[in-house]
Amino acid sequence: MAKSIDISGLDVYYGDFLAVSDVSMTVEPRSVTAFIGPSGCGKSTLLRTLNRMHEVTPGARVEGKVLLDGEDIYHSAVDPVNVRRTIGMVFQRPNPFPTMSIYDNVVAGLKLQGRQPRKKLDEVVEKSLRGANLWNEVKDRLAKPGAGLSGGQQQRLCIARAIAVEPQVLLMDEPCSALDPISTLAIEDLIQELKEKYTIVIVTHNMQQAARVSEQTAFFNLAGVGKPGQLVEMDDTQKIFTNPGDKRTEDYITGRFG
Amino acid sequence: MAELPESTATEEPIGIHVVPGRVDSRAVAADIAGSDGAAVDGAATRTRPAPAVAPPGAPPGPPPEPGPSPEPGGGIAGARSTRRGDAVFRGLSTSAGLTVLGIMAAIAAFLIYQSIPALRANDANFFTTRDWFPDPSTAGGPSVFGIAALLFHTVVTSVIAMVLAVPVAVGIALFITYYAPRRLAAALGYIVDLLAAVPSIVFGLWGLFFLAPNLTGVAELLDRWLGWTVVFDYRPDSIPTNKSDFTAGLVLAIMILPIVSALAREVFRQVPNANVEGALALGATRWEMIRMSVLPFGKAGVVSAAILGLGRALGETLAVTLILSSAYNLSFHVLEDGGITFASNIALKYNEAGGVGTGALIASGMVLFVLTLAVNSTSQYLLRRQLKD
Repeated sequence: MAKSIDISGLDVYYGDFLAVSDVSMTVEPRSVTAFIGPSGCGKSTLLRTLNRMHEVTPGARVEGKVLLDGEDIYHSAVDPVNVRRTIGMVFQRPNPFPTMSIYDNVVAGLKLQGRQPRKKLDEVVEKSLRGANLWNEVKDRLAKPGAGLSGGQQQRLCIARAIAVEPQVLLMDEPCSALDPISTLAIEDLIQELKEKYTIVIVTHNMQQAARVSEQTAFFNLAGVGKPGQLVEMDDTQKIFTNPGDKRTEDYITGRFG
Repeated sequence: MAELPESTATEEPIGIHVVPGRVDSRAVAADIAGSDGAAVDGAATRTRPAPAVAPPGAPPGPPPEPGPSPEPGGGIAGARSTRRGDAVFRGLSTSAGLTVLGIMAAIAAFLIYQSIPALRANDANFFTTRDWFPDPSTAGGPSVFGIAALLFHTVVTSVIAMVLAVPVAVGIALFITYYAPRRLAAALGYIVDLLAAVPSIVFGLWGLFFLAPNLTGVAELLDRWLGWTVVFDYRPDSIPTNKSDFTAGLVLAIMILPIVSALAREVFRQVPNANVEGALALGATRWEMIRMSVLPFGKAGVVSAAILGLGRALGETLAVTLILSSAYNLSFHVLEDGGITFASNIALKYNEAGGVGTGALIASGMVLFVLTLAVNSTSQYLLRRQLKD
């Protein structure tokens, strides 16, 4: 199921403003890749280009290639809607659909792919909620609104919603930044389980989190004041946090700047 | 710089005035303390810090000396001046608010006062009678008038307007917020808003001299496909001129389009971006995203916008007066000539109305007033509830 992502020579623009320049990297399937770096260096922007959510912002565009198992997702014949069905996303703030029940939230993506028999939906709901470690907490109130859950539960509901459509890749944009430490731990445990099946890319400001959950870490930084963000280096997480190849990475992870 | 000392000078008397006042209040508090300790706590918290107040049960003594002011003089003067500004502003805004209430009350009182004699003189049931002959044709003859036909056609034309306008307005609002390129969206929004600036007499003339003569084809088409519903039954046995509820409703629809679409646009604009992106990230198309995120969020707002549009349509006078060929009936056949509304009846009849006639028109105006008030309140209520959620 899981697929790899190859990025080559990717420039990301907002209108005329070059936000991220010349990124090339490979994201391995069935692994967790963390994006770290100071605020405003383009981590989230880059993440959003991987499922073509970037272009939702008016004027936003990219140049370069993003290959999903060799297939260019920016090819003119590719429908961004299909890309987003293949590459799921979890946002910084939990965003369950406020008017929908827990059940409907989970199957929202599935229903977009056409009418499904009730029995199949029931199965998917249980499987996805179990997959998101939420089943036991909500199984008795699936008809209640998703907005009534706690922040951490809402975020796990969003993860359940994302994995219900069985994507190839799961993108997570600071999924724990709005959560308390206990909920954060629950999500991190979940990421460890999910990587058995999915390719995961996670943006985080929390370096301990990157060290705990990821196999690979990519460090981003601004090339200078007013200059675009760039990929400084990408390597095994172990190596990045113990013996980084670049001085700037070392400065960042040891807290000397950023 | 020259102004600054001047202004502090003008503030000074106020400061002096206030200080004795403060002492007085403490003296009162101390007095109360002598008789009833419990009252002091409340008074003390409301006036000044506790140490100045005599302990409960202590004999009432001379008022405690006002201690040295905790703030420097300049600071106090500055604070006073803003406080005076506050008081002036609060006074102005309060009186403005009260004026609105006063005007509303005055209108209601006027309507009630003027209509009671006419309602007394009415020989028929005010609510169920269709005819409108308030002034007796012969001295001592009967006075017969009622609002049945007025109410009926007022509601029918307004509902037609709402039913026609709301889908279009929602469509416009969705197009502007989610489909149109930014520049086109701005231009289109501006043009729709401009519709609101067209005088209603112009809409009336257009409806009468352009729309009505050209609507025969549409009426026949509706009759062919929807004639079985009775409502769209079209029986042009006389000469059809389309001076009908339908034509009036259509013109009203265009007139309420700007307000409904502006409100709907505002509601859709408030849909949280997180919900929009959440749907898109699941692989929703634009329309699916609107169905999942925008419409559920905006439902209550759109309903209240629709009702507000209905309220506007209920009271519209000129356009309807021009278009409807006044007929005091209860005909459901909306495509056929006829119909009379509260507003158009008043516009047509006030000129020739006698003593009872004027009162009768005012009584009908009161019903319209209550009706629009109720409709607009419903709209406000729904909107409030939506904003609270």
